[in-house]
Amino acid sequence: MGLFTELKDSISRVTDRLFSEQEPKRIGIYGPPNAGKTTLANRIARDWTGDAIGTESHVPHETRRARRKENVEIERNGKTVTIDIVDTPGVTTKVDYEEFTDEMDEEDAIRRSREATEGVAEAMHWLREDVDGVIYVLDSAEDPITQVNTMLIGIIESRDLPVLIFANKTDLEESSVKRIEDAFPQHTTVPLSAKEGNNMDEVYGKIAEYFG
Amino acid sequence: MPKATNADDSEPSDGVQIDLISGERMDGMATMEKIRMILDGVHDGNIVILEEGLTPDEESRLIEVTMAEISPDEFNGIEIETYPKSETRDSSLLGRIMGNDQTETKLTVIGPANQIETLHKDETLISALVSRN
Repeated sequence: MGLFTELKDSISRVTDRLFSEQEPKRIGIYGPPNAGKTTLANRIARDWTGDAIGTESHVPHETRRARRKENVEIERNGKTVTIDIVDTPGVTTKVDYEEFTDEMDEEDAIRRSREATEGVAEAMHWLREDVDGVIYVLDSAEDPITQVNTMLIGIIESRDLPVLIFANKTDLEESSVKRIEDAFPQHTTVPLSAKEGNNMDEVYGKIAEYFG
Repeated sequence: MPKATNADDSEPSDGVQIDLISGERMDGMATMEKIRMILDGVHDGNIVILEEGLTPDEESRLIEVTMAEISPDEFNGIEIETYPKSETRDSSLLGRIMGNDQTETKLTVIGPANQIETLHKDETLISALVSRN
């Protein structure tokens, strides 16, 4: 292939990508720490690409940097959507390294808390600049009416981003999906257990419907 | 940048200072000026109460800047509660065109996370239990 033809093809590919309807949407997975964001991101990535995104853990702030899985193609009910999944650290307004000292030594705890703060700042920046839609994950066994949740949902609404609320951990006895529906009646709430893989058909159906 | 407090800084006190900041004072400020004023107060151990709160964008920047300033054994973040005054919300067409929907008047309480033991909100009350450390 000649240099001119190669250049023309390259420009054509870039132009196609810029104006393509099929450009993957960047969908940020947001929520408080330990809501199961990475477990959900891994479940989606494994189901559609075969690979996981990150490490799951019960220790808060296991995810300390935003991680992205690109070109995840989800097909449901005849509708196909291609998304880039961005798994973000749990958003919080405080990080105390002493919370981690039961699980690790002080030096590691300080390092973890520093990384966590950088990750939260990065997640907030992504939300303002770089995501096209949001999956907001809540632990359905916990009270959803917290300042961070209402503030973050408010920020998402102010940016007019499409948002789906996922009531995770329905496998737990204390789970109450209704509590989440009542807290945020203006948004669609989808119950699921990312850990057990329960109700994932509806999850994928809603993702295709909302972000397609 | 002028501080939002009127306290005499030269005298140490074992009390907790509360800065009540009027909407008028915040009106002419840029986002980062507001955030700096809030966090300077919180770093000093004060409880900061904003008569008119922050916009969602300002709230997200407050979280971002707060994260950048957290350091072990010194500052571990903020507690924040916001109270929308829905009865004052301007839902008129003109209000919506002017963008007033997103800057509705609201009361916001912000304090240092290591001093606020509980910050609770119900329908008509924000209640803070503050330790003197």
